[in-house]
Amino acid sequence: MSAPSSRLLFDEPGPRARRRIRIATVLAVLVAGALIALALRQFADNGQLAADRWRPYGTWPMWRYLLEGLRSTVQAAAMAIALAGTAGVVLALGRVSPSRWLRIPAGAYVEIVRTVPALLLVYVVLFALPRYGLDLPLFWKLVVPLSVSNAAAFAEIFRAGIRSVERGQLEAGLALGLTRGRAMRLVVLPQAARRVLPSLVSQSVGVLKDTSLGFVVSYAELLYSGKVLANYNHLLIQTYLVIALVYLVINASLAKLARTLEARQRTRPSRSVRQAVPTAQP
Amino acid sequence: MNVITDHLSEFGHGLLLTAELTLLSLAGALVAGTVVASMRVSPVRVLRAAGMAYVEVLQNVPLLVWLVLAVFGLPEIGLMTGLFTTSVVVISLYQGAYTAEAVRSGINAVPAGQGEAARALGLTFTQSLRLVVLPQGLRTVVQPLGNIAIMTLMNTAMAAAVGVVELTAAANRVNLAEATPIWIFVTAGLAYMALSGLFGLVTGALERKWAILR
Repeated sequence: MSAPSSRLLFDEPGPRARRRIRIATVLAVLVAGALIALALRQFADNGQLAADRWRPYGTWPMWRYLLEGLRSTVQAAAMAIALAGTAGVVLALGRVSPSRWLRIPAGAYVEIVRTVPALLLVYVVLFALPRYGLDLPLFWKLVVPLSVSNAAAFAEIFRAGIRSVERGQLEAGLALGLTRGRAMRLVVLPQAARRVLPSLVSQSVGVLKDTSLGFVVSYAELLYSGKVLANYNHLLIQTYLVIALVYLVINASLAKLARTLEARQRTRPSRSVRQAVPTAQP
Repeated sequence: MNVITDHLSEFGHGLLLTAELTLLSLAGALVAGTVVASMRVSPVRVLRAAGMAYVEVLQNVPLLVWLVLAVFGLPEIGLMTGLFTTSVVVISLYQGAYTAEAVRSGINAVPAGQGEAARALGLTFTQSLRLVVLPQGLRTVVQPLGNIAIMTLMNTAMAAAVGVVELTAAANRVNLAEATPIWIFVTAGLAYMALSGLFGLVTGALERKWAILR
């Protein structure tokens, strides 16, 4: 991946270029060091580096509380991904359907929802629906708006996948006597889903990030748990930094998974070749 | 419908603030993204690593966490900045990570011959990036940048959660005063759709003007 970009803008460096690169490296390290020193001084001047402000995060009860929040985050994200993914498949099938009565509503849903912020939908569920007698439990107050808004994104991903499957696949299914619906379900969709798997994982990271809106809903996911914790122990900056770190570790692992899947797909040899290769490579 | 006309000024202010947040953040994101993308294609390994770390860290933590951390955390270490400024900076840096990825894919789409020609003319790395590669690379990613603009618009709503009274927060305030939610939220939604429609049109026009067919 980095090979083409590095080939584009510079050649194998000669002695002068190597010296220049060394100077740039030293400068970059100095600047980064200065920035870190500045940040640390700012922390220290305000007493935020004191050991007893960080020590709680080495203790188990604190982590047990945060992991409890993380579990709620994962639960909400999993439910939202399942609902939005299912709705996404249905909407994508609607958008490629030959019937205009399915195509237009599905298209309208995707186009409208894509341009409305998730937080606005959260506010609708939080403050508007109860006025009309629909007061959902907290979990669903977070999950429903996230599902509604992410369904559009999943629909676009699945539609791109369906589009990428060669026409002949559908035609072959029809030629075998399958109905259009069954040909879609048995022939086209499985191939489409496999091709867009990396995008699905990336979008799932997006959903997981969106669950931080539990902060607004007061659903006790990771960020809201952090808010409660910070109100209680007054270690505000420490708490939120730890929470950012937890999000970073989880999402970076998922993003890495998406990249691995993508790389594997790009160079996917046939199954027989793949089985033969591991013995050939040490 | 009276609810809307009675509160037109609140909606107007909210819409204006959303537009300001979006445009300023977009400008910031474009600058941050171009700088980070340039770092990621530079011959200096430390800069490449720093650019990659920037994108990873910014993209993998929710925007709301960054906003909360900046708005409530920075005063704790003695940095007092206004709410609006903080929000603009945070959204800029966050969207900057996505912009950097888009710009980098644009840079990678420039044929290798262009970079080689620039070097053959004796241009340095910075010169060939600034004068030859970036102008072409940016023109190929107008559409992705347009999508980032719409994403930025959607994300400015997050600032409502930390107390910026932009469109979403304004709608919510009007609703708390008037308690006729449907019209109020539909109006806010329509305003967002209109804004992103506008962005779509601008992107389309720029695309027609600048796009390079390969």
